[in-house]
Amino acid sequence: MAKLNVKEKLITAPKLNSQLKSPLEDLIQLGVNSGADFVEIFLESTDHIGILAELDQITNVSPSFGLGAGIRVFRGKQDGFVSTNDLSLTGLSTALEKALDMLGLIVNKTSKINFNGLLDLKDYGLNKNNWLVECPKIDQICDKLLLGTDLLNKKGKHLHVRRGSYSRALQEVLIASSDGTFTRDIRLHQSTGLNVLSSDGEHRSSIGRRYGSSSYPKDLDNWNTESAANEVCESAATMLYANYVEAGQLPVVLANKFGGVIFHEACGHLLETTQIERGTTPFSNKIDEQIANEVVTAIDEGYTEHAFGSLSIDDEGMEPQKTVLIRNGILKSFISDRAGELRTGHKRTGSGRRQSYGYAAASRMRNTYIAPGKYAPEELIASIEDGLYCKSMGGGSVGPTGQFNFSVEEGYLIKNGKLTNPVKGATLIGEAKEIMPRISMCANDLDLAAGYCGSISGNINVTVGQPHIKVDSITIGGR
Amino acid sequence: MSKLNARDLQNMNEKDIRDKINEVARSENIRQWDLGASVSQDSSVQVDHGEAKQMKSAQRSSITIRVWNKNGLVGITSTSDMSESGLEKGVIGAHEASKYGNPNEVPDFSPLAKAPLPELNRPIKETTGIQNLFNKLKTAEQDLLNQHNAINTVPYNGISEAIAKRLYLNSEGAHRELIRSQASLYLYARAEEAGRKPRSSGAVRLGLGAEDLDINSCVKEAASRTISHLNYKPIQTKSYLICFMPEAFLELIGAFSNMFNARSVLDGVSLSNKDSLGKNIAVPFLSLNDNGLHPEHIGASSFDGEGTPTRDLCLIKDGTLESFLHSEATAREFGVKPTGHAGLGAKVSVGPDWFVVSKTNEHSSKNNELHHIDCKHEYVLIESLNAIHSGVKQSQGSFSLPFDGWLVQSGEKISIEAATIAGDIRYVLNNILNLEDQPEVNHIGISPYVWVDNLSITGEA
Repeated sequence: MAKLNVKEKLITAPKLNSQLKSPLEDLIQLGVNSGADFVEIFLESTDHIGILAELDQITNVSPSFGLGAGIRVFRGKQDGFVSTNDLSLTGLSTALEKALDMLGLIVNKTSKINFNGLLDLKDYGLNKNNWLVECPKIDQICDKLLLGTDLLNKKGKHLHVRRGSYSRALQEVLIASSDGTFTRDIRLHQSTGLNVLSSDGEHRSSIGRRYGSSSYPKDLDNWNTESAANEVCESAATMLYANYVEAGQLPVVLANKFGGVIFHEACGHLLETTQIERGTTPFSNKIDEQIANEVVTAIDEGYTEHAFGSLSIDDEGMEPQKTVLIRNGILKSFISDRAGELRTGHKRTGSGRRQSYGYAAASRMRNTYIAPGKYAPEELIASIEDGLYCKSMGGGSVGPTGQFNFSVEEGYLIKNGKLTNPVKGATLIGEAKEIMPRISMCANDLDLAAGYCGSISGNINVTVGQPHIKVDSITIGGR
Repeated sequence: MSKLNARDLQNMNEKDIRDKINEVARSENIRQWDLGASVSQDSSVQVDHGEAKQMKSAQRSSITIRVWNKNGLVGITSTSDMSESGLEKGVIGAHEASKYGNPNEVPDFSPLAKAPLPELNRPIKETTGIQNLFNKLKTAEQDLLNQHNAINTVPYNGISEAIAKRLYLNSEGAHRELIRSQASLYLYARAEEAGRKPRSSGAVRLGLGAEDLDINSCVKEAASRTISHLNYKPIQTKSYLICFMPEAFLELIGAFSNMFNARSVLDGVSLSNKDSLGKNIAVPFLSLNDNGLHPEHIGASSFDGEGTPTRDLCLIKDGTLESFLHSEATAREFGVKPTGHAGLGAKVSVGPDWFVVSKTNEHSSKNNELHHIDCKHEYVLIESLNAIHSGVKQSQGSFSLPFDGWLVQSGEKISIEAATIAGDIRYVLNNILNLEDQPEVNHIGISPYVWVDNLSITGEA
C-alpha cells in the first residue's frame, strides 16, 4: 500500500492553533488529490474531572485528559471515518490513508486537484483560553459538595444515602475541512447534583436533581445548594411512602423543565436527518403538514446563553442556528448535519454533534424546547377530573418504530382538578405521531433543564425544556 | 486493503511504561502505584440497501494510573495520551488527586495480583479488513430483506471486528497481559404491512473473529422474530402468567445485579445487606453463577482491573444468596478474597461478567409442566425488555419496562402491540414457577426459559 509522504510538521501533542494550518492543508490536499469529494479533520484535547461526595466524605476525585483525532472522508454519499489517539503526523497520515482506503481510493501524490486551502483560523476560543484557570479549584468544589451533603443530612429524614457530585468537561477542538473551514473552539460544561436514597422499613425512594451549564467557569458559585437540598429532601420525603400507580390510560400534566424530555424522546429524535436516512421517522415527508396540536411550537436552538446544549460552533465548524421545528403544530424543519444535507437534502442547521473525536458527527439536538402558551399551570391541572401529574421525569428512549417511553420519578394523582396522592413506578409509553396531536394545553412557564443524550454519535450535553403541558390521553404503565 | 494485526499491539511496551512510571514516582515521592492500560484497533460497517452507510475504524489507547502518596492516600488519573509526557502528566495528576483520597477506605493491591491466571482457550483471530466486513454485511442485509415482503429496511445493522491488548502492572512487580479478538454482528429489521404499524426486531451474534460469526442464523433469527410481530394486537391491562425468554430474564437479572455487588452493599444502594448472605432470596430450584470464564463467553478476560484472576463464582445456590462480587477493598471489608470483578479506581467499582442461570437438580419446580412449546394456559411470552436504564429502580427493586413479546392462548402466539411489564425483582425471584430444562446460550449469558406467576402488564386495549 502506498504510504503518505507529508513533511513531519506535527509534534506528538500539538497545540490546537493556527500553526497547524499548513500540515492540515497538506493532509487535506492529499485526500482531495486521491479522489475524495470532501475531507474533514477534527482534533480534540480534553481535560475533565469528576468529584463525588458521599455522606460527609469526599470519596472520589477522578481527573482525566486526552488527545485524539477523527478524520472523515466523503465520496459521493458514502463516507469513511477513522479515529486515532496518535496525533503525530504519521498517525494522522495513517488514519487518512485508512479512511481513503475504505472508500476504495488510492493515495495519489502526483495529481493536483484544486483545493483552495484553509481560510484563516476563525477562533471562537480566543476569549476562552483562561477558562480552565477560572474554574473552581478542587478544594472549593469539595467544600460545596460537602455543604450539600451536610444540608441533606440536616433537612432530610430517613436518608440512607446522601451524595453530591460534580463534573467538569473542558474540550478544545480544531476543525479543518476541504471546503476551507478552519475553526477552533473551547467548550466548558459543568454539572452538579444531589442524590438521596431514603428508606423506612420496606419503603424506599431515590431522588436526584442535577444542575448544569456551559461556558460559565464560575457557575458553581450560582448553584443554590440550600434550595437544591430542600427540593431533594422534600421530594424524597413525599415519595418514600407513595403507592405504586395503577396502570391505565389517563390525561397527564407534565411539569416544565425536565418534563421536556417527552418532546426530546417522542418527537425530537424523529426530526433528526439520521432518522430520515434510516427510514425510521413517520415525519420524513411531512414538511408543512400538521403533525402536532396547533398549540405546539417547538424549537431546537444552538445557542441559549449558558444552556447545557449550547455551542459556538457545531462539530463540523458551523455556527449553530435557531431552528423552528414545529410552528403551531406544523412541521417546519429537520435537524441536519453535513451528511444529512448530502443524503436527505435538508439544509445543515449547525447540528453536527459528537461525543468526542471517536465518533463521526451526526444530526443531534441542542437546546430543544416547546414554546410557552397562554395558560397558568394551575389551569391545566384544574381541567382534569382523573389523571396524573408528572412533577419529575426520569430518563427515556425511542425505539426503531417510533415508540417512546419514559419513567416518572415523582408523580401525583389528579382528582377533580386537584393534586392528591403521590404515586411512583409510572412509565409513560406511546408513539409520537399519536401523542403530539394530544398536547392540548401549554402553560406560560417555560423553563429549561440540563441533560445527557445518548445516540449514534455518543453521549452529548443537551438542554430539554417546556412549560407545563397537558396531554389528553397517554398509556401509563404501572401495577 | 489494510488489515489489523495482533503484532501491532505489541508496541505497547510494558518495560518502558514501568520504567517511566517508576522514574516519575520516585521524583514525586510516591509510595506505590499500579495501572491498567489498553490498546485496541477496530473496524465497523453499517449498510443501507447494499450501500456502505458508514465505514469506521479506530485506534484507541488509554491508561489509568493509580498512586499511593506518602500518607497512604490514593489518587488516580486516566488519559488517552500514552506518550512519555502523557504518562508523566498522568502520574503527577494522580498524585495531586491523592490529596483528596478517602482516608476511611483505602484500596490496596489485590493479594491475588500475582496469583496464577486461568487459561483461556480463546485463539486470537486476525482481522479480515473492512471490505470483507462490508461484503458480509451487504449479503446479510439482502438475505434478511429477502425473507419476507414486509421487511423493507434493516435500519439498525452493523458488523465489527476488533483486536485489543490489556495490561495491568503494579510497583510490586505484578504483570498481567491479555490480547484478544472479537467480532460482532447485529441486524434489526423493520417490517410494515399496508394499514398497519411498523414492527421491528432483530438478533445479535458474537465471535472471536469475523469468520466465526454465524451470519445465517443471525439473519434467520432476525427475520423470524420480526415476522412473528407482524400479526399484532393490543393487550388488556391485567396480571398474567409470564414466560421470560432466556435473554429477557438475563436482562432483568443484570439490571438488578447490585443485589450481588459488595460495593453497592457497602454504599447502601443494594437490595442486599451484609446480613443477606445465607438467606433465601429466590425459589429453591434456582441457582445463579457469574462465570467470566465460561467457554461461550467470547469477551472473557483472565483478570480484572486490579489483576485478580477471573473465576466462576456461585451467587445463588438453591435459592440462597451464597456470595457477593468483590474488589480488593470490599473483600477486605467482608473478610474474604477478591473475586475478580473489580475495575480500577480510587473508589473501585465492581461488576458482573457473565451470568449463568440454572435449575437445581435437588429441588423440583413448582410446576414442571410449564413449557413454552406446548403450554395450553394463557401466558405472555417476553422476548426482550426495553429502556432498562430508565425503567428500573435498582435500589428499590421495582421495574416498569416496555417489552417485546406475545400473548399466547391455546398455543397460538399473537404479538403484543405496545405494553409494559411492572413488578419487583424480589417478587420475581420468589415466584418462579418453573425453569425449563434446556438452557440457551446468547450473547449476554446462559439461561433457560423462566416462568413467573402473576406479573402486571399494561396494554392499550
